[in-house]
Parts: sequence; C-alpha cells; structure tokens
Amino acid sequence: MCGIVGLFLKDEALQPDLGRLTGLMLRELCDRGPDSAGFAVYGTKICMVNRNGAVDWSGVARRLGAAIGADVAVETVEDHAIFRTTGAGDTARKWLIDNVRGAWVLSQGQSIEIFKGVGDPAAIVERLGLTARTGTHAIGHTRMATESAVTVAGSHPFSTGDDTCLVHNGSLSNHNRLREQLARHGERFQTDNDSEVAAAYLASRLRAGDTLQGALENGLKDLDGFYTFVVGTRDGFAVIRDPIACKPAVIAETDDWVAMASEYRAIAPLPGAEHATIWEPAPATVYAWSRAA
Amino acid sequence: MDAALAARNSVLDLAQMSLREVNQLLHDNRSGDFLIRNPRGAHALACGLDGDLNVSIDGHVGYYCAGMNKRAHVTVNGNAGTGLAENMMSGLVHVTGDASQSAGATGCGGLLVIDGNASARCGIALRGLDIVVKGSVGHMSAFMAQAGSLVVLGDTGDAFGDSLYEAKLFVRGTVKSLGADCIEKEMCDEHEAALRQLLDAAGAKADVSEFKRYGSARKLYHFHVDNAGQY
Repeated sequence: MCGIVGLFLKDEALQPDLGRLTGLMLRELCDRGPDSAGFAVYGTKICMVNRNGAVDWSGVARRLGAAIGADVAVETVEDHAIFRTTGAGDTARKWLIDNVRGAWVLSQGQSIEIFKGVGDPAAIVERLGLTARTGTHAIGHTRMATESAVTVAGSHPFSTGDDTCLVHNGSLSNHNRLREQLARHGERFQTDNDSEVAAAYLASRLRAGDTLQGALENGLKDLDGFYTFVVGTRDGFAVIRDPIACKPAVIAETDDWVAMASEYRAIAPLPGAEHATIWEPAPATVYAWSRAA
Repeated sequence: MDAALAARNSVLDLAQMSLREVNQLLHDNRSGDFLIRNPRGAHALACGLDGDLNVSIDGHVGYYCAGMNKRAHVTVNGNAGTGLAENMMSGLVHVTGDASQSAGATGCGGLLVIDGNASARCGIALRGLDIVVKGSVGHMSAFMAQAGSLVVLGDTGDAFGDSLYEAKLFVRGTVKSLGADCIEKEMCDEHEAALRQLLDAAGAKADVSEFKRYGSARKLYHFHVDNAGQY
C-alpha cells in the first residue's frame, strides 16, 4: 500500500507553516503505511542517519573535511546529522558512504534535507520535529513494506542526486536487473529496496543530461511495475503514475499551494482545500510545478 | 421518542460525530432525509444502506462511498474516491463532481450518475447497474461487464469494453481504443429508446443520435468448436 504526499507552497506567507501542514497530511496516511515514514523538506547539505548506537558526528565532519579539503559543519537532529560543506556534494556523499559504516546517507544538495524513522508515522513526525520546519515545499511517505526490510534506510524518500528525491507507492518487478546495470555504471546503493533503484535510475538519467520530464518519460519504458512517484526537486516537485495507474493519486491546487496525496483525506486539512481545483493525474503523464518556471 | 426517529431529517456532522456513528445511524433508519457535512475524504461513508433514505453529502468523499447501496438515494456534492457505489444493488447514487477509479464496480442494479469524469475501470465487472457519466471515462472502463449499461457523454480511455459480456455501452465522444472482443454495433430504435430513458433518468441533455453503441463480438467468451483441437 504506502501513502505519499507532496506540498508546494506558492504563497510565501505559508512557508513558516510548511512542516506543520506536511505533518497534518502525513498523519492522515498513517494507516496506509504504519511501518515507517520519512520526509524531505526543502529550505536550507548532506543528511545522514545512524544505523544503531551513537555516531561521533563531529569526528565524521572533521574527517570528511580533511578528505575533501573543504570546510564541514555539522548539526544534529535526534539520530540525524546535517553536514554543510563548501566542497563538492557528490564527492562528500561517496566518501561518507565508504567511510562511515555506522550511518546511511539520506540526501545531498543545496536545499534538501531528508529525515526518516521506523514506526508510527505520527510519532516520527513528532520526534523529528517536522511541525516546526519551514520551507518552500516538501514531500513525504508512510510505508507499508513489501519489497524489503523495515529499516530506516529502506524508508522513503530516496535521494536521486543533488537536491532531488523520490517517494514511491507501488512495486517494481525489474529492480534486481536494473540495480545491477546501474551499479555497473557507478550508482551507489545502500539497500535492497526497489524504490531506491527507481531513485538511482532517475539520478543516472539526470546525470546523463535528461530533463526531469525526459527522465520520467524514459522511466515509463525502463521501469516495469506499479508506481505513483512524487519526485522532489530543488524548486518544485513532479508527479507521475505508471500506464496502468493502479496506485492512487489526487492533486489539488489553489492560488496558495499545490498538493498531491494518495488520498484526498490527506489534502482535506490544508487551508482552503474545500475550494481547491481537484483532479486525478492521468496515467503515464508528467505533472510538474517549479518555482523556476 | 426513539432517538433514531428524532434524528430524521437531521444534519450529521462528521466534525462532531465519528464515521461509525454516522453509518450506524443511517443503518438504523429505514427512511428519512439526511445531510452529511464535513466528509473530508472519509472512506466507506453511507455504505450498505438498505431503505428509502435520501442522503446528501456536502463535500468530497473517500473510497467506497455508497457501496452496496439498496433503495437509498445518495447524492455527493463533490468528488468521490476509488470504488464509488461498488456492488450497488438498487437506488440512485449521484456525484456532482468527478469519481476516481472503479466507480460502480460489480454493480448489480440501480442508477449511478456522475456529472464530471470517472477515471480508470469505471463499471468494471458490471452486473446490471446502469451508469451515466456526463464527462469522460478512463482506461479499461466496462472491463468484463456482464449486464447493465454504461453511457458516456464524453470520451473513453484505452481498451474500452475489454473482454465484454452483455453490458450495453453508449459513447457520444471519441473512443481512444476498443478492448478485446468489443465492437461497434448498429444503433436500432430499441437501443435509442433505452438510451433516451437512461439519459432522462440521469437528467442528461443529449441527443441520442450523437451516440454510438458498442457491444460484445461474442467471440471471446463462447467456446468455439473450431478450436476444439487446441485443447
């Protein structure tokens, strides 16, 4: 099953409320995904979470700085750490995956921060302080696991490269072969999860020069399975459903915001939802919103 | 006075009452007029009704609204989620907005009217329900539909009427593609009369001469003796 949400604020006055509104949306979808939850907030970096026990985050920051020859600062939120560096994000991410055994890398970019946890989504929203977070847009996920273990690393969103990430409702049937192909071309995987393969696929297409629209359209040919994806980007988000479109999705738009969710009840708590323009995204069609446009 | 009796003609506010309380109250009444407020996308609202009730819902509903409906008239002033009026037996379900996928699935009888669009699989496995969609329908609509009717004033998605049995299909707009064993058929006087009756019942203003009729080629679901050697 799984539940996914995305919220893009058009009205700057709502930005202080981004976390609170996203939290309200995720809470409505707890029973679509009681195993774990995660969210990506775009406002301000490399985001990590520890696997078990304590990680000496300050030590990691010092070693990373020395390795990549750049300044690195660290801030911790519960079991997460956010590294800010003047160095190259790609290089830093690779170094962290290879050298910090006790933690997973969740995201990298100029503005994205990803947070994840196992257990009741409402409790995770509370523990990781989503409600107080501000920003321009956010995407989130409540997971009912099918393809791989219920772990923090197996929770969504999955990072797809600089400032992009993906949440997925559905399952992919050709992820094993695709993972091998992508790994041969240098993509790094941290889990056995099918959605991470979709994320890595998009990352590789984007690196190869595809636009987001083009990468998602190529995915229609290369990704075999059921999916509704929300892809968060630096300045917006995109929604796509597979051609069969079994997995639900509803989009609502007002003058102040655009929201996407697995079910309308996750949109209902948003201000003015009752007067929003509401529609169901068509199969195999990309819908995208961007501040840059 | 009987509490259920007192509640007749009453407003049921889902901001004040639980979904279960509202559904139970509707089940406890065999007749009466009810207005439901603040549905906020709730699932399984007004399901399993069995009586001469008039139920209006102000706002958007979630999955399976008015499922298994018998005799009751249910109006949704808004959009409906997946599985609207699934397996309804009789009565009337009317949605003023759009409906998500599988609207009217396996419906056995009565009338389902959707003023807006219905998405994929509208009328899947239909078994006697009549559906009138004033907008368009998504792909795989009327898949394996056995009996009843699906009238579409707009267009259809891909694979319309795939693996069709004996349901009657009428489309005014464009059929993107027909499914396996679904073919266009001649529109005779009896079909025009049946279509006119459905359009009138649904309050749809449309000229029956603008519609095309589709039905089963009956090549898929009958055993064909020429194929005996294949088994």
